[in-house]
Amino acid sequence: MKLKLKVWRQLNAEAKGQIVDYELEGVEADMSFLEMLDYLNEKLILTNEIPIEFDHDCREGICGTCGLFINGRAHGPLEGTTTCQLHMRSFNDGDTIFIEPFKGGAFNVTRDLRVDRSAFDRIITAGGYISTPVGDAPEANAIPITYDMAESAFDSAACIGCGACVATCKNGSAALFTAAKVAHLAKLPQGKVESKQRAVKMVSQMDAEDFGHCTNTGACEIECPQEISIANIARMNWEFNKAKLLG
Amino acid sequence: MPDIHTKLDAKIPEGPLSEKWSLYKATCRLVSFNNKKKLDIIVVGTGLAGSSAAASFAEAGYNVKAFCFQDSARRAHSVAAQGGVNSAKNYQNDGDNIYRMFYDTLKGGDFRAREANVYRLAECSTNLIDQAVAQGVPFAREYGGYLSNRSFGGVQVRRTFYARGQTGQQLLLGSYSALMRQVDLGKIKLFTRHEMLELVMVDGKARGVIVRNLDTGQIERHGAHAVVLATGGFGKIFYLSTLAMGCNGSAIWRAHKKGAYMASPSWTQIHPTSLPQSGEHQSKLTLMSESLRNDGRIWVPKKKSDERRPNDIPESERDYYLERRYPAFGNLAPRDISSRAAKERIDAGHGVGAMKNAVYLDFKHAIEEYGEETIKARYGNLFRMYEKITGVNAYKEPMKISPAAHFSMGGLWVDYELGTTIPGLYALGECNFGDHGANRLGANSLLQACVDGYFIIPYTIGNYLADEIEAGEVNVNSPEFEKAEKRVVDMLDKLIAIKGSKPTDYFHKKLGRIIWDYCGVTRTEEGLTKAIEMIKELRKEFWVDLKVLGTAGEVNSELEKAGRVADYLELGELMCKDALTRNESCGAHFREEFQTEDGEALRDDEHYRFISCWEHKGEGVEAVLHKEALEFKEAKVIARNYKK
Repeated sequence: MKLKLKVWRQLNAEAKGQIVDYELEGVEADMSFLEMLDYLNEKLILTNEIPIEFDHDCREGICGTCGLFINGRAHGPLEGTTTCQLHMRSFNDGDTIFIEPFKGGAFNVTRDLRVDRSAFDRIITAGGYISTPVGDAPEANAIPITYDMAESAFDSAACIGCGACVATCKNGSAALFTAAKVAHLAKLPQGKVESKQRAVKMVSQMDAEDFGHCTNTGACEIECPQEISIANIARMNWEFNKAKLLG
Repeated sequence: MPDIHTKLDAKIPEGPLSEKWSLYKATCRLVSFNNKKKLDIIVVGTGLAGSSAAASFAEAGYNVKAFCFQDSARRAHSVAAQGGVNSAKNYQNDGDNIYRMFYDTLKGGDFRAREANVYRLAECSTNLIDQAVAQGVPFAREYGGYLSNRSFGGVQVRRTFYARGQTGQQLLLGSYSALMRQVDLGKIKLFTRHEMLELVMVDGKARGVIVRNLDTGQIERHGAHAVVLATGGFGKIFYLSTLAMGCNGSAIWRAHKKGAYMASPSWTQIHPTSLPQSGEHQSKLTLMSESLRNDGRIWVPKKKSDERRPNDIPESERDYYLERRYPAFGNLAPRDISSRAAKERIDAGHGVGAMKNAVYLDFKHAIEEYGEETIKARYGNLFRMYEKITGVNAYKEPMKISPAAHFSMGGLWVDYELGTTIPGLYALGECNFGDHGANRLGANSLLQACVDGYFIIPYTIGNYLADEIEAGEVNVNSPEFEKAEKRVVDMLDKLIAIKGSKPTDYFHKKLGRIIWDYCGVTRTEEGLTKAIEMIKELRKEFWVDLKVLGTAGEVNSELEKAGRVADYLELGELMCKDALTRNESCGAHFREEFQTEDGEALRDDEHYRFISCWEHKGEGVEAVLHKEALEFKEAKVIARNYKK
């Protein structure tokens, strides 16, 4: 198929970016979206044009590295899908496709479609862990965890940290990302002990970064490739308020 | 036994197998807590091995610098391991124990691993589950609240713990959170988007690294009293593999060129359940978890080039070849056996799919037996992933799967302490030659990475660092660091200066094809000899016709790739040479000249019961082979048989 691509090009964080037009022929339906960009880059190199930088690694939908705003949607038109798992069969011959980086909140473009998401790491560093020593842990089966609770914790833990929630939020809020980790650990007996302190630390760090506030529009849940529920945000608020009110 | 002309000291402790590790821990040298803060350790790679090691060092009191090329430590390719992690907990009361796990692993690796290491792997496996659960890893549970298990290829017990189809992700998030906790406490400095490009040696010891900041292009020097490599496998050398795009062998290859021996580089695990290649544009192969083989049945049409849809082929015309050939293990035959059996059927003209390069993995019978809901609960995310990639609903029609390059069995040679032949340089996880021998059993990779990082290196590194307490801070302005930095800068400039006509991927794809065709599932002397010549030619072409645009002083993914491919073009040749020297078939190393009458691997214990360890002798000089003899004092060495 033949496509018209409108791609965000930006030299570095300080430079002004712009949309650049490319025409690409010979795209095949079973190429992934990123393979389509590889194909475009190969053509650019052969014509001495600097290739487009974009984030990607595992190309299996699990590492969370890739993330593009495609025709105004984080990770493109499919639900529950990362950009690397989006295939060109989802597009038609002759389509015009806008490709932009994940922007918003504390995210900054470092080049073209490549984004700095280190603010997420800083939120985890602030308390997104269980304070367990590395070494001799107690017997794993000593603390039973019900099937439903383990499954529910897994649902929250499944976040891949891609940043689609921030990119799609009109406020650039990181509430879904932060809430998923707060809820995952609060649901398990091992993590419950420090759940209040954790919620306060992580929310405070989220606020200290340039992320906006959550106004419950629910866009994050719709665009999340792992379909993380916004019920996690309610859980985070509950943990946070409990800590603030009850100490 | 063969002529073992080696000075390699594997440092295996004395005593009975089951007591070696306890004795080692009881007698190794310690560094007191107050002295640990005088010592710096560099960890390269933040996957399971790297992040667990870095967190353990920091918690012990050492100063740690950790590096990864990804934008976050959480993104290492350990994240992609799906099926599970093994542990001899015997929760299922099905006869499992440490010895049985040790023996399964040794046998699965075709008796080409070190007995003492493998025993320690099984021994430490029980601690890992405890550690991960304490960190909040949401493993699958029974309704009573206790941990659930399933089975994997090559074993007859259920010892695999899992978190849906995302076990690697959850284990990595556990070790990543332990890492970030130490970042918060100031004991770890984390450098993301940094790639190690050179190892710095001072007075014969590893003393630091030269890295490139991938966001700015800036070259940096970092010194330490020990360097720990945990950089994963180099299977991306095949271009089409199950590995992440950024996986590479550069750190270990550059360490090899500084004197670290490379062990058994030709042993690559070929995974049997990848999605098949569908076209020439493809950048990688996606793995479907081996756990699917618990319920899926593998078959091909009995008729060659059968064009019918799979559901139109009646039972009587299907060949369930694994069940036929290996009745005792059936669809759960080990990976090397399953991969080779698939390739054999495909080569014989029974392959299916557009490129005739696949076999069917069928859930029809399991759905009939347990119902679609149960299958959905077990593998729902994998079925969803399959549909996204192929557009096929596997509840209605069998999946198509194919063998693919997966895990590097070879890597830097390490002793029992995980030390390389360079003092102060350690290698953990997939980047060392490992505990897996010539083939890794499923769900053992996550285990080895974690065990190396959490439970082994924290002890063994102290044995070395105890002598470094008085060394003082490493001077990164020394001539050794200056020279190492210059080598890196010159290399990057050289790549850019070629200004040829072909992008990096052109060379990578060509190299990958050569390695797959001649050093993949099967090999021959003739093919390997030819491949070595082809790689030499390709390397020549690379250095005159590569085209990398832009500069080294900026974000430049193409330059990153070019450096990695330059290393692959050297490593690939060593892989073929290594394969050529082993006149036997074992594990993933199947030399066609050496097989039994019914097509099984023919191992030669008399002449090849050793680990091949290659020493770099300089540019353009042939590498020298050293041999570490493998002694089995407690395990009975037998021919592998999965038929009964």
